Amino acid sequence: MTCTEFLSILDDVLDESVAAETRIEIEVHLRKCGHCEVVLDTTRKTIEIFRCHEIYELPTEVSERLHLAIRSKCKKGC
Amino acid sequence: MSTIQPVSEEHPDVALVERVRAGDVSAYDTLVRKYERQLFRIAQHITQNREDAEDVMQDAFLKAYEKLDQFQGNSKFYTWLVRIAVNESLMRLRKRRTGKLVSMDEDLQTEEGSVPRDFADWAPNPEQNYNQSELAEILKKTIQGLPQGFRVVFVLRDVDGLSTEETAEALGLSVPAVKSRLLRARLQLRERLSRYFRRKTPATSEAQTSAKADGPTGDEVEA
Repeated sequence: MTCTEFLSILDDVLDESVAAETRIEIEVHLRKCGHCEVVLDTTRKTIEIFRCHEIYELPTEVSERLHLAIRSKCKKGC
Repeated sequence: MSTIQPVSEEHPDVALVERVRAGDVSAYDTLVRKYERQLFRIAQHITQNREDAEDVMQDAFLKAYEKLDQFQGNSKFYTWLVRIAVNESLMRLRKRRTGKLVSMDEDLQTEEGSVPRDFADWAPNPEQNYNQSELAEILKKTIQGLPQGFRVVFVLRDVDGLSTEETAEALGLSVPAVKSRLLRARLQLRERLSRYFRRKTPATSEAQTSAKADGPTGDEVEA
């Protein structure tokens, strides 16, 4: 497996959706290619960081205004 | 490979939607509470404006309520809701840009990030080197720099956890387009975060960084 081939299936590797035989090829490639190993680890970490940290918290007052608007609209028989 | 998840009648949203159709407004309140955070987040990522995001979220929930009869149940309720919110967000952007065409396809010509260039390893738990507000600022700045069409795919797939097929349906894109944008988005974000999170050791000299920035040096690299 080359770096280019590894990169072309990086998403499948991250999503853990590669076939068993491909997984073995990947492991062999990663053992000899530090660059691809770093790309895999840091891309995985990138996803994890964005998943674990909410950038745009919904403010309580915005949520309250939303529920008020919906209740008001529903009373009118929408 | 991601697979299309069969929409089961057991999904709790199906029962809630049925209750709303039968006139139970409190069931709609439950659906809104379940998804308001995600919808606000998506609207923020597209409009990049808090007031617009609030309006978009409200309009999307109201429109979904009005159009509930059109919801066929072929897709998940949430995917259907996201599609409404994305359309509302794009309309809002169009208004701000005085009618200029706004779509999910704009600004995608960049080649940035299509090939990794930074191979520095990151510090262990690098986010712990920043306090909460610093980290939030870094993440916000990093993702705001992505083209909108990449940003939204990343948020739906990796933050919201939609499947590739659901993301394609919500955005009106093909599955190959979602896959291509997701890879580009992930690589660009990784590259940008690397500036903050790389391992800082005496060995990380400027010369080394510069050499690494030229890309993989192995003869197996083809592109």
